[in-house]
Amino acid sequence: MTTAIDKIAAADPTAPVAVGRGRRSRGLVRGLLPPLVVGVGGLAVWELTVKVGKVAPFILPAPSAIWEQFWLSRSVIWQTGLATGANALVGLIAGALVGILAAMAASRFRLLGEVSIPVAAALNALPIIALAPILNNMFDSTSSIPRRVVVSIVVFFPVFINTLRGLREVDPTHRELMDSYAASGWTFTRLVRLPGALPFVFTGLRQASSLAVIAAVVAEYFGGLQDGLGSRITSAASNTAYPRAWAFVVGACVLGLVFYAVALGLERLATPWRSR
Amino acid sequence: MTAVALSGVGKVFNAGRADQVVALTGVDLTVESGQFVSLIGPSGCGKSTLLRLVADLIPLTTGTLTVAGKPARKARLDQEYGIAFQQAGLFEWRTVLRNVELPLELRGTGRRERKRRAEEMLELVGLADFAAHYPAQLSGGMQQRVAIARALAVHPPLLLMDEPFGALDEMTRERLQDELLRICAQTGTSTIFVTHSIPEAVYLSDRVVVMSPRPGRITDVIEIDLGPRSEATRQSAGFFAGITKVRRALRGTPAPASASAEVAAG
Repeated sequence: MTTAIDKIAAADPTAPVAVGRGRRSRGLVRGLLPPLVVGVGGLAVWELTVKVGKVAPFILPAPSAIWEQFWLSRSVIWQTGLATGANALVGLIAGALVGILAAMAASRFRLLGEVSIPVAAALNALPIIALAPILNNMFDSTSSIPRRVVVSIVVFFPVFINTLRGLREVDPTHRELMDSYAASGWTFTRLVRLPGALPFVFTGLRQASSLAVIAAVVAEYFGGLQDGLGSRITSAASNTAYPRAWAFVVGACVLGLVFYAVALGLERLATPWRSR
Repeated sequence: MTAVALSGVGKVFNAGRADQVVALTGVDLTVESGQFVSLIGPSGCGKSTLLRLVADLIPLTTGTLTVAGKPARKARLDQEYGIAFQQAGLFEWRTVLRNVELPLELRGTGRRERKRRAEEMLELVGLADFAAHYPAQLSGGMQQRVAIARALAVHPPLLLMDEPFGALDEMTRERLQDELLRICAQTGTSTIFVTHSIPEAVYLSDRVVVMSPRPGRITDVIEIDLGPRSEATRQSAGFFAGITKVRRALRGTPAPASASAEVAAG
Protein backbone atom coordinates (compact mmCIF):
# COMPACT_ATOMS: atom_id res chain seq x y z
CA MET A 1 0.00 0.00 0.00
CA THR A 2 1.01 3.62 -0.20
CA THR A 3 3.10 5.27 2.43
CA ALA A 4 0.38 7.93 2.91
CA ILE A 5 -1.87 5.32 4.50
CA ASP A 6 1.05 4.15 6.64
CA LYS A 7 1.55 7.61 8.06
CA ILE A 8 -2.09 8.10 8.90
CA ALA A 9 -2.34 4.70 10.51
CA ALA A 10 0.85 5.24 12.50
CA ALA A 11 -0.30 8.63 13.72
CA ASP A 12 -3.74 7.43 14.69
CA PRO A 13 -3.56 4.11 16.54
CA THR A 14 -7.35 3.78 16.51
CA ALA A 15 -7.49 3.80 12.71
CA PRO A 16 -8.51 0.49 11.18
CA VAL A 17 -5.60 -1.67 10.16
CA ALA A 18 -5.09 -1.28 6.43
CA VAL A 19 -4.53 -4.45 4.45
CA GLY A 20 -0.97 -5.13 3.33
CA ARG A 21 0.72 -2.39 5.28
CA GLY A 22 4.53 -2.56 5.64
CA ARG A 23 5.98 -4.52 8.53
CA ARG A 24 7.73 -1.44 9.79
CA SER A 25 4.63 0.64 10.42
CA ARG A 26 2.75 -2.32 11.86
CA GLY A 27 5.61 -2.78 14.33
CA LEU A 28 5.44 0.92 15.14
CA VAL A 29 1.71 0.76 15.83
CA ARG A 30 2.12 -2.39 17.87
CA GLY A 31 4.97 -0.80 19.82
CA LEU A 32 3.18 2.50 20.40
CA LEU A 33 -0.37 1.32 21.04
CA PRO A 34 0.05 -0.34 24.50
CA PRO A 35 1.95 2.56 26.13
CA LEU A 36 -0.49 5.05 24.58
CA VAL A 37 -3.51 3.14 25.92
CA VAL A 38 -1.91 2.82 29.36
CA GLY A 39 -0.87 6.50 29.34
CA VAL A 40 -4.28 7.87 28.27
CA GLY A 41 -6.05 5.45 30.65
CA GLY A 42 -3.80 6.49 33.51
CA LEU A 43 -4.47 10.17 32.87
CA ALA A 44 -8.23 9.54 32.79
CA VAL A 45 -8.09 7.66 36.11
CA TRP A 46 -5.96 10.45 37.59
CA GLU A 47 -8.41 13.15 36.40
CA LEU A 48 -11.41 11.20 37.75
CA THR A 49 -9.78 10.51 41.10
CA VAL A 50 -8.95 14.17 41.64
CA LYS A 51 -12.37 15.45 40.45
CA VAL A 52 -14.58 12.85 42.16
CA GLY A 53 -12.44 12.51 45.29
CA LYS A 54 -12.07 16.31 45.61
CA VAL A 55 -8.33 15.98 46.17
CA ALA A 56 -6.77 19.29 47.23
CA PRO A 57 -4.57 20.77 44.47
CA PHE A 58 -1.54 21.04 46.80
CA ILE A 59 -1.67 17.25 47.20
CA LEU A 60 -2.37 16.40 43.57
CA PRO A 61 -3.67 18.69 40.84
CA ALA A 62 -5.75 17.27 38.01
CA PRO A 63 -4.02 16.65 34.66
CA SER A 64 -6.38 19.16 33.03
CA ALA A 65 -5.24 21.85 35.46
CA ILE A 66 -1.58 21.01 34.81
CA TRP A 67 -2.17 21.12 31.08
CA GLU A 68 -3.88 24.51 31.39
CA GLN A 69 -0.85 25.90 33.23
CA PHE A 70 1.50 24.23 30.78
CA TRP A 71 -0.26 25.97 27.89
CA LEU A 72 -0.32 29.33 29.69
CA SER A 73 3.38 29.19 30.57
CA ARG A 74 4.52 27.54 27.36
CA SER A 75 6.90 30.34 26.37
CA VAL A 76 8.48 30.45 29.84
CA ILE A 77 8.79 26.66 29.84
CA TRP A 78 10.45 26.87 26.44
CA GLN A 79 12.91 29.56 27.59
CA THR A 80 13.80 27.90 30.90
CA GLY A 81 13.87 24.52 29.18
CA LEU A 82 16.45 25.84 26.74
CA ALA A 83 18.59 27.14 29.62
CA THR A 84 18.38 23.85 31.52
CA GLY A 85 18.92 21.91 28.30
CA ALA A 86 22.06 23.91 27.53
CA ASN A 87 23.42 23.23 31.01
CA ALA A 88 22.61 19.54 30.74
CA LEU A 89 24.14 19.29 27.26
CA VAL A 90 27.40 21.05 28.13
CA GLY A 91 27.73 19.02 31.34
CA LEU A 92 26.87 15.80 29.51
CA ILE A 93 29.47 16.33 26.79
CA ALA A 94 32.19 17.35 29.25
CA GLY A 95 31.43 14.52 31.71
CA ALA A 96 31.17 11.93 28.94
CA LEU A 97 34.45 13.04 27.33
CA VAL A 98 36.30 12.89 30.65
CA GLY A 99 34.63 9.54 31.42
CA ILE A 100 35.67 8.00 28.09
CA LEU A 101 39.25 9.33 28.29
CA ALA A 102 39.58 8.16 31.91
CA ALA A 103 38.29 4.71 30.95
CA MET A 104 40.82 4.50 28.08
CA ALA A 105 43.63 5.44 30.46
CA ALA A 106 42.38 3.01 33.12
CA SER A 107 42.21 0.13 30.66
CA ARG A 108 45.66 0.96 29.29
CA PHE A 109 47.53 1.05 32.60
CA ARG A 110 46.80 -1.76 35.03
CA LEU A 111 47.65 0.21 38.18
CA LEU A 112 45.47 3.11 37.14
CA GLY A 113 42.62 0.69 36.46
CA GLU A 114 42.83 -0.83 39.93
CA VAL A 115 42.93 2.56 41.63
CA SER A 116 40.27 4.21 39.47
CA ILE A 117 37.27 2.00 40.29
CA PRO A 118 37.08 2.88 44.03
CA VAL A 119 37.77 6.53 43.23
CA ALA A 120 34.99 6.54 40.63
CA ALA A 121 32.65 4.78 43.08
CA ALA A 122 33.40 7.38 45.74
CA LEU A 123 32.74 10.12 43.19
CA ASN A 124 29.44 8.47 42.36
CA ALA A 125 28.45 8.27 46.03
CA LEU A 126 29.11 12.01 46.32
CA PRO A 127 25.66 13.52 46.93
CA ILE A 128 24.95 16.14 44.31
CA ILE A 129 22.73 17.88 46.92
CA ALA A 130 25.75 18.48 49.14
CA LEU A 131 27.82 19.72 46.26
CA ALA A 132 25.50 22.21 44.55
CA PRO A 133 25.42 24.89 47.30
CA ILE A 134 29.19 24.71 47.73
CA LEU A 135 29.80 25.11 44.01
CA ASN A 136 27.28 27.96 43.88
CA ASN A 137 29.34 29.82 46.47
CA MET A 138 32.55 29.15 44.59
CA PHE A 139 31.36 30.96 41.47
CA ASP A 140 29.48 34.17 40.61
CA SER A 141 25.73 34.11 41.14
CA THR A 142 25.39 34.81 37.39
CA SER A 143 27.51 31.85 36.41
CA SER A 144 26.14 28.69 34.81
CA ILE A 145 29.34 26.79 35.59
CA PRO A 146 28.27 25.29 38.97
CA ARG A 147 25.26 23.53 37.45
CA ARG A 148 27.32 22.28 34.52
CA VAL A 149 29.98 20.92 36.86
CA VAL A 150 27.32 19.10 38.86
CA VAL A 151 25.96 17.58 35.64
CA SER A 152 29.39 16.43 34.47
CA ILE A 153 30.11 14.74 37.80
CA VAL A 154 26.80 12.91 37.66
CA VAL A 155 27.40 11.92 34.03
CA PHE A 156 30.98 10.79 34.56
CA PHE A 157 30.30 7.61 36.50
CA PRO A 158 27.94 5.65 34.20
CA VAL A 159 30.02 6.58 31.14
CA PHE A 160 33.31 5.69 32.82
CA ILE A 161 32.17 2.34 34.24
CA ASN A 162 30.44 1.17 31.06
CA THR A 163 33.27 2.25 28.77
CA LEU A 164 35.86 0.60 30.99
CA ARG A 165 33.92 -2.66 30.97
CA GLY A 166 33.64 -2.49 27.18
CA LEU A 167 37.34 -1.81 26.73
CA ARG A 168 38.28 -4.68 29.03
CA GLU A 169 36.01 -7.24 27.45
CA VAL A 170 38.06 -8.45 24.52
CA ASP A 171 37.09 -11.73 22.89
CA PRO A 172 40.09 -14.11 23.37
CA THR A 173 39.68 -15.29 19.76
CA HIS A 174 39.98 -11.70 18.57
CA ARG A 175 43.15 -11.30 20.61
CA GLU A 176 44.76 -14.47 19.18
CA LEU A 177 43.70 -13.49 15.70
CA MET A 178 45.24 -10.03 15.97
CA ASP A 179 48.38 -11.63 17.45
CA SER A 180 48.56 -13.87 14.41
CA TYR A 181 48.43 -10.74 12.23
CA ALA A 182 51.22 -9.25 14.37
CA ALA A 183 48.88 -6.33 15.13
CA SER A 184 49.30 -4.81 18.56
CA GLY A 185 49.33 -1.51 20.43
CA TRP A 186 47.36 1.28 18.81
CA THR A 187 46.33 -0.87 15.82
CA PHE A 188 44.73 -3.35 18.22
CA THR A 189 43.02 -0.56 20.18
CA ARG A 190 41.74 1.11 17.03
CA LEU A 191 40.49 -2.01 15.28
CA VAL A 192 39.29 -4.17 18.17
CA ARG A 193 39.05 -2.41 21.53
CA LEU A 194 37.33 0.83 20.53
CA PRO A 195 34.70 -0.56 18.15
CA GLY A 196 34.06 -3.42 20.61
CA ALA A 197 33.52 -0.92 23.42
CA LEU A 198 31.17 1.31 21.41
CA PRO A 199 27.92 -0.44 22.44
CA PHE A 200 29.02 -0.15 26.08
CA VAL A 201 29.83 3.54 25.68
CA PHE A 202 26.34 4.15 24.37
CA THR A 203 24.73 2.19 27.19
CA GLY A 204 26.54 4.58 29.54
CA LEU A 205 25.55 7.60 27.48
CA ARG A 206 21.91 6.57 27.45
CA GLN A 207 21.86 6.29 31.24
CA ALA A 208 23.79 9.54 31.52
CA SER A 209 21.48 11.48 29.17
CA SER A 210 18.47 11.31 31.52
CA LEU A 211 20.67 11.80 34.58
CA ALA A 212 22.12 14.95 33.03
CA VAL A 213 18.70 16.60 32.81
CA ILE A 214 17.76 15.52 36.34
CA ALA A 215 21.05 16.91 37.67
CA ALA A 216 20.63 20.20 35.78
CA VAL A 217 17.14 20.66 37.21
CA VAL A 218 17.91 19.63 40.79
CA ALA A 219 21.12 21.70 40.97
CA GLU A 220 18.98 24.83 40.59
CA TYR A 221 17.05 24.08 43.78
CA PHE A 222 20.11 25.22 45.71
CA GLY A 223 20.59 28.76 44.47
CA GLY A 224 22.89 30.03 41.76
CA LEU A 225 21.63 31.52 38.53
CA GLN A 226 17.83 31.10 38.41
CA ASP A 227 17.09 30.81 34.69
CA GLY A 228 16.16 27.15 34.37
CA LEU A 229 13.24 24.78 34.94
CA GLY A 230 14.37 23.91 38.49
CA SER A 231 14.10 27.46 39.75
CA ARG A 232 10.56 27.78 38.30
CA ILE A 233 9.46 24.57 40.02
CA THR A 234 10.66 25.82 43.42
CA SER A 235 9.23 29.32 42.98
CA ALA A 236 5.85 28.04 41.77
CA ALA A 237 5.68 25.58 44.67
CA SER A 238 6.57 28.27 47.23
CA ASN A 239 3.78 30.45 45.77
CA THR A 240 1.39 27.49 46.25
CA ALA A 241 0.85 27.47 42.46
CA TYR A 242 0.99 23.68 42.39
CA PRO A 243 -0.47 23.05 38.94
CA ARG A 244 2.16 25.46 37.57
CA ALA A 245 4.94 23.64 39.45
CA TRP A 246 3.70 20.42 37.90
CA ALA A 247 3.62 22.02 34.47
CA PHE A 248 7.35 22.75 34.79
CA VAL A 249 7.95 19.19 36.01
CA VAL A 250 6.25 18.01 32.81
CA GLY A 251 8.60 20.32 30.89
CA ALA A 252 11.61 18.73 32.63
CA CYS A 253 10.22 15.30 31.83
CA VAL A 254 9.89 16.15 28.14
CA LEU A 255 13.43 17.55 28.13
CA GLY A 256 14.74 14.31 29.68
CA LEU A 257 12.90 12.28 27.05
CA VAL A 258 14.40 14.39 24.26
CA PHE A 259 17.91 13.79 25.63
CA TYR A 260 17.26 10.07 25.91
CA ALA A 261 15.79 9.85 22.41
CA VAL A 262 18.75 11.71 20.89
CA ALA A 263 21.18 9.39 22.71
CA LEU A 264 19.22 6.39 21.42
CA GLY A 265 19.25 7.79 17.88
CA LEU A 266 22.99 8.40 17.98
CA GLU A 267 23.48 4.85 19.22
CA ARG A 268 21.50 3.47 16.28
CA LEU A 269 23.59 5.55 13.88
CA ALA A 270 26.94 4.65 15.42
CA THR A 271 26.33 0.91 15.79
CA PRO A 272 24.50 -0.10 12.63
CA TRP A 273 25.46 -3.75 13.07
CA ARG A 274 23.24 -4.06 16.14
CA SER A 275 20.03 -2.57 14.84
CA ARG A 276 19.52 -4.72 11.76
CA MET B 1 59.38 -28.35 0.01
CA THR B 2 58.68 -28.51 3.73
CA ALA B 3 55.86 -26.33 5.05
CA VAL B 4 56.39 -26.96 8.75
CA ALA B 5 59.23 -28.75 10.55
CA LEU B 6 59.33 -29.43 14.28
CA SER B 7 62.13 -31.29 16.02
CA GLY B 8 62.38 -32.05 19.70
CA VAL B 9 59.69 -29.47 20.45
CA GLY B 10 58.56 -29.20 24.06
CA LYS B 11 56.33 -26.78 25.92
CA VAL B 12 56.20 -26.28 29.69
CA PHE B 13 53.65 -23.88 31.18
CA ASN B 14 54.48 -22.08 34.44
CA ALA B 15 57.99 -23.53 34.43
CA GLY B 16 59.63 -23.74 37.86
CA ARG B 17 56.41 -23.08 39.75
CA ALA B 18 54.21 -25.37 41.81
CA ASP B 19 51.60 -25.50 39.04
CA GLN B 20 54.13 -26.41 36.34
CA VAL B 21 52.55 -28.35 33.47
CA VAL B 22 54.43 -30.23 30.78
CA ALA B 23 52.08 -29.65 27.84
CA LEU B 24 54.24 -31.15 25.11
CA THR B 25 57.43 -33.14 24.99
CA GLY B 26 59.72 -34.43 22.25
CA VAL B 27 57.52 -33.58 19.28
CA ASP B 28 59.04 -34.32 15.86
CA LEU B 29 56.79 -33.58 12.92
CA THR B 30 57.21 -32.56 9.31
CA VAL B 31 54.41 -31.28 7.12
CA GLU B 32 55.22 -31.33 3.41
CA SER B 33 53.97 -28.60 1.15
CA GLY B 34 50.38 -29.18 0.05
CA GLN B 35 49.83 -31.87 2.66
CA PHE B 36 46.77 -32.05 4.92
CA VAL B 37 47.72 -33.18 8.43
CA SER B 38 45.26 -33.66 11.29
CA LEU B 39 46.14 -33.64 14.98
CA ILE B 40 43.84 -35.85 17.02
CA GLY B 41 43.80 -36.92 20.64
CA PRO B 42 41.89 -36.64 23.91
CA SER B 43 41.51 -33.32 25.73
CA GLY B 44 44.74 -32.19 27.31
CA CYS B 45 47.01 -33.96 24.82
CA GLY B 46 48.44 -30.62 23.70
CA LYS B 47 47.11 -30.57 20.13
CA SER B 48 45.87 -27.00 20.41
CA THR B 49 49.11 -26.03 22.15
CA LEU B 50 51.06 -27.56 19.25
CA LEU B 51 49.02 -25.52 16.77
CA ARG B 52 49.62 -22.32 18.76
CA LEU B 53 53.36 -23.05 18.82
CA VAL B 54 53.38 -23.32 15.03
CA ALA B 55 51.38 -20.07 14.88
CA ASP B 56 53.87 -18.46 17.30
CA LEU B 57 50.99 -17.37 19.52
CA ILE B 58 52.90 -18.91 22.45
CA PRO B 59 56.70 -19.36 22.68
CA LEU B 60 58.19 -22.86 22.71
CA THR B 61 60.30 -24.11 25.61
CA THR B 62 62.65 -26.53 23.84
CA GLY B 63 63.44 -27.71 20.31
CA THR B 64 63.32 -26.01 16.94
CA LEU B 65 60.38 -25.05 14.78
CA THR B 66 60.38 -23.62 11.28
CA VAL B 67 57.47 -22.50 9.13
CA ALA B 68 58.19 -22.13 5.41
CA GLY B 69 61.87 -22.48 6.28
CA LYS B 70 61.79 -19.50 8.67
CA PRO B 71 61.69 -19.29 12.46
CA ALA B 72 58.06 -19.28 13.68
CA ARG B 73 58.19 -15.62 14.76
CA LYS B 74 59.44 -14.45 11.38
CA ALA B 75 56.79 -16.57 9.66
CA ARG B 76 54.06 -14.96 11.77
CA LEU B 77 55.30 -11.44 11.05
CA ASP B 78 55.39 -12.29 7.33
CA GLN B 79 51.84 -13.69 7.52
CA GLU B 80 52.99 -17.05 6.19
CA TYR B 81 49.91 -18.72 7.60
CA GLY B 82 46.19 -18.13 7.99
CA ILE B 83 44.41 -19.30 11.10
CA ALA B 84 40.84 -20.23 12.05
CA PHE B 85 39.49 -21.22 15.45
CA GLN B 86 36.50 -23.08 16.83
CA GLN B 87 34.83 -19.70 17.37
CA ALA B 88 34.54 -17.92 14.03
CA GLY B 89 35.77 -14.81 15.87
CA LEU B 90 34.37 -12.39 13.29
CA PHE B 91 34.35 -8.71 14.16
CA GLU B 92 30.63 -8.04 14.54
CA TRP B 93 31.00 -4.33 13.73
CA ARG B 94 32.48 -5.08 10.30
CA THR B 95 30.53 -6.36 7.34
CA VAL B 96 31.40 -9.79 6.00
CA LEU B 97 33.50 -8.24 3.24
CA ARG B 98 35.38 -5.97 5.65
CA ASN B 99 36.07 -8.95 7.92
CA VAL B 100 37.74 -10.81 5.09
CA GLU B 101 39.62 -7.65 4.12
CA LEU B 102 41.12 -7.21 7.60
CA PRO B 103 44.31 -9.29 7.21
CA LEU B 104 44.95 -7.59 3.85
CA GLU B 105 44.35 -4.20 5.43
CA LEU B 106 46.95 -4.97 8.12
CA ARG B 107 49.36 -5.99 5.41
CA GLY B 108 48.97 -2.62 3.75
CA THR B 109 47.24 -3.90 0.63
CA GLY B 110 45.56 -1.15 -1.39
CA ARG B 111 41.82 -0.58 -1.11
CA ARG B 112 40.85 -1.83 -4.54
CA GLU B 113 43.09 -4.91 -4.45
CA ARG B 114 41.77 -5.69 -0.97
CA LYS B 115 38.18 -5.61 -2.13
CA ARG B 116 38.94 -7.74 -5.20
CA ARG B 117 40.73 -10.40 -3.14
CA ALA B 118 38.09 -10.47 -0.41
CA GLU B 119 35.35 -10.88 -3.01
CA GLU B 120 37.32 -13.68 -4.64
CA MET B 121 37.62 -15.45 -1.26
CA LEU B 122 33.91 -15.04 -0.53
CA GLU B 123 33.21 -16.50 -3.96
CA LEU B 124 35.40 -19.46 -2.98
CA VAL B 125 33.38 -20.20 0.16
CA GLY B 126 30.08 -19.52 -1.63
CA LEU B 127 29.13 -16.36 0.26
CA ALA B 128 29.55 -13.72 -2.45
CA ASP B 129 25.93 -12.61 -1.96
CA PHE B 130 26.48 -11.90 1.73
CA ALA B 131 29.38 -9.45 1.43
CA ALA B 132 27.37 -6.51 2.77
CA HIS B 133 25.80 -8.43 5.67
CA TYR B 134 26.92 -8.19 9.27
CA PRO B 135 28.11 -11.41 10.96
CA ALA B 136 25.12 -11.45 13.35
CA GLN B 137 22.87 -11.92 10.32
CA LEU B 138 24.60 -15.19 9.34
CA SER B 139 24.19 -18.74 10.63
CA GLY B 140 27.03 -20.42 12.54
CA GLY B 141 28.12 -22.41 9.50
CA MET B 142 28.18 -19.30 7.30
CA GLN B 143 30.20 -17.41 9.92
CA GLN B 144 32.73 -20.24 9.98
CA ARG B 145 32.99 -20.05 6.18
CA VAL B 146 33.69 -16.34 6.45
CA ALA B 147 36.41 -17.13 9.01
CA ILE B 148 37.97 -19.58 6.54
CA ALA B 149 37.76 -17.01 3.75
CA ARG B 150 39.49 -14.53 6.04
CA ALA B 151 42.21 -17.06 6.88
CA LEU B 152 42.81 -17.62 3.16
CA ALA B 153 42.65 -13.96 2.12
CA VAL B 154 46.41 -13.34 2.12
CA HIS B 155 46.93 -16.54 0.07
CA PRO B 156 48.99 -18.09 2.88
CA PRO B 157 50.97 -21.20 2.01
CA LEU B 158 49.85 -22.70 5.32
CA LEU B 159 46.42 -22.95 6.95
CA LEU B 160 46.14 -23.63 10.69
CA MET B 161 42.75 -24.72 12.00
CA ASP B 162 41.74 -25.40 15.59
CA GLU B 163 38.53 -27.47 15.61
CA PRO B 164 36.93 -25.05 13.14
CA PHE B 165 33.85 -27.24 12.64
CA GLY B 166 33.56 -28.35 16.27
CA ALA B 167 30.50 -26.23 17.04
CA LEU B 168 28.56 -27.09 13.88
CA ASP B 169 25.89 -29.68 13.20
CA GLU B 170 26.87 -32.85 11.37
CA MET B 171 25.36 -31.90 8.00
CA THR B 172 26.96 -28.47 7.85
CA ARG B 173 30.16 -30.02 9.05
CA GLU B 174 30.35 -32.56 6.21
CA ARG B 175 29.56 -29.90 3.62
CA LEU B 176 32.28 -27.61 4.96
CA GLN B 177 34.76 -30.52 5.01
CA ASP B 178 34.22 -31.04 1.29
CA GLU B 179 34.47 -27.30 0.68
CA LEU B 180 37.72 -27.10 2.66
CA LEU B 181 39.29 -29.98 0.70
CA ARG B 182 38.27 -28.38 -2.58
CA ILE B 183 39.75 -25.02 -1.55
CA CYS B 184 43.00 -26.58 -0.31
CA ALA B 185 43.39 -28.55 -3.51
CA GLN B 186 42.59 -25.49 -5.61
CA THR B 187 45.04 -23.23 -3.80
CA GLY B 188 47.73 -25.81 -2.97
CA THR B 189 47.61 -24.82 0.70
CA SER B 190 49.22 -27.02 3.36
CA THR B 191 46.98 -27.53 6.36
CA ILE B 192 47.32 -28.47 10.02
CA PHE B 193 43.89 -29.31 11.36
CA VAL B 194 43.10 -29.97 15.02
CA THR B 195 40.03 -32.11 15.67
CA HIS B 196 38.69 -34.70 18.05
CA SER B 197 36.47 -36.35 15.51
CA ILE B 198 38.00 -39.54 14.12
CA PRO B 199 35.92 -39.67 10.88
CA GLU B 200 36.70 -36.01 10.23
CA ALA B 201 40.44 -36.58 10.63
CA VAL B 202 40.41 -39.63 8.35
CA TYR B 203 38.24 -38.03 5.69
CA LEU B 204 40.28 -34.84 5.42
CA SER B 205 43.85 -35.94 5.95
CA ASP B 206 46.85 -37.29 4.14
CA ARG B 207 48.28 -38.06 7.57
CA VAL B 208 46.61 -38.31 10.98
CA VAL B 209 48.89 -37.50 13.89
CA VAL B 210 47.68 -39.29 17.03
CA MET B 211 48.55 -37.66 20.34
CA SER B 212 48.37 -38.68 23.96
CA PRO B 213 48.21 -36.67 27.19
CA ARG B 214 50.35 -36.37 30.35
CA PRO B 215 52.77 -35.39 28.99
CA GLY B 216 51.44 -34.38 25.56
CA ARG B 217 53.29 -36.25 22.83
CA ILE B 218 52.88 -37.87 19.41
CA THR B 219 52.20 -41.60 19.77
CA ASP B 220 51.46 -42.53 16.19
CA VAL B 221 51.28 -41.13 12.67
CA ILE B 222 48.83 -42.87 10.35
CA GLU B 223 49.05 -42.45 6.58
CA ILE B 224 45.68 -42.22 4.87
CA ASP B 225 45.40 -42.92 1.15
CA LEU B 226 41.83 -42.63 -0.04
CA GLY B 227 42.50 -40.78 -3.30
CA PRO B 228 40.23 -37.89 -4.32
CA ARG B 229 37.38 -37.62 -1.82
CA SER B 230 33.74 -37.84 -2.80
CA GLU B 231 30.44 -38.78 -1.18
CA ALA B 232 31.30 -42.45 -1.86
CA THR B 233 34.49 -42.12 0.16
CA ARG B 234 32.45 -41.79 3.34
CA GLN B 235 30.96 -45.23 2.65
CA SER B 236 34.14 -46.94 1.44
CA ALA B 237 35.92 -49.81 3.19
CA GLY B 238 39.17 -47.89 3.10
CA PHE B 239 37.56 -45.02 5.02
CA PHE B 240 36.32 -47.37 7.75
CA ALA B 241 39.66 -49.15 7.87
CA GLY B 242 41.30 -45.77 8.44
CA ILE B 243 38.86 -44.98 11.22
CA THR B 244 39.63 -48.31 12.88
CA LYS B 245 43.35 -47.68 12.64
CA VAL B 246 43.09 -44.25 14.21
CA ARG B 247 40.71 -45.47 16.91
CA ARG B 248 43.08 -48.27 17.83
CA ALA B 249 46.02 -45.89 17.90
CA LEU B 250 44.07 -43.59 20.21
CA ARG B 251 43.32 -46.45 22.58
CA GLY B 252 46.88 -47.70 22.35
CA THR B 253 45.69 -51.33 22.12
CA PRO B 254 47.13 -53.33 19.24
CA ALA B 255 44.59 -56.18 19.43
CA PRO B 256 44.62 -57.91 16.04
CA ALA B 257 42.02 -60.53 17.09
CA SER B 258 39.16 -58.04 17.27
CA ALA B 259 40.28 -56.10 14.21
CA SER B 260 38.13 -57.79 11.60
CA ALA B 261 35.07 -57.71 13.85
CA GLU B 262 35.48 -53.98 14.38
CA VAL B 263 35.80 -53.28 10.67
CA ALA B 264 32.59 -55.23 10.02
CA ALA B 265 30.75 -53.43 12.78
CA GLY B 266 32.05 -49.97 11.91
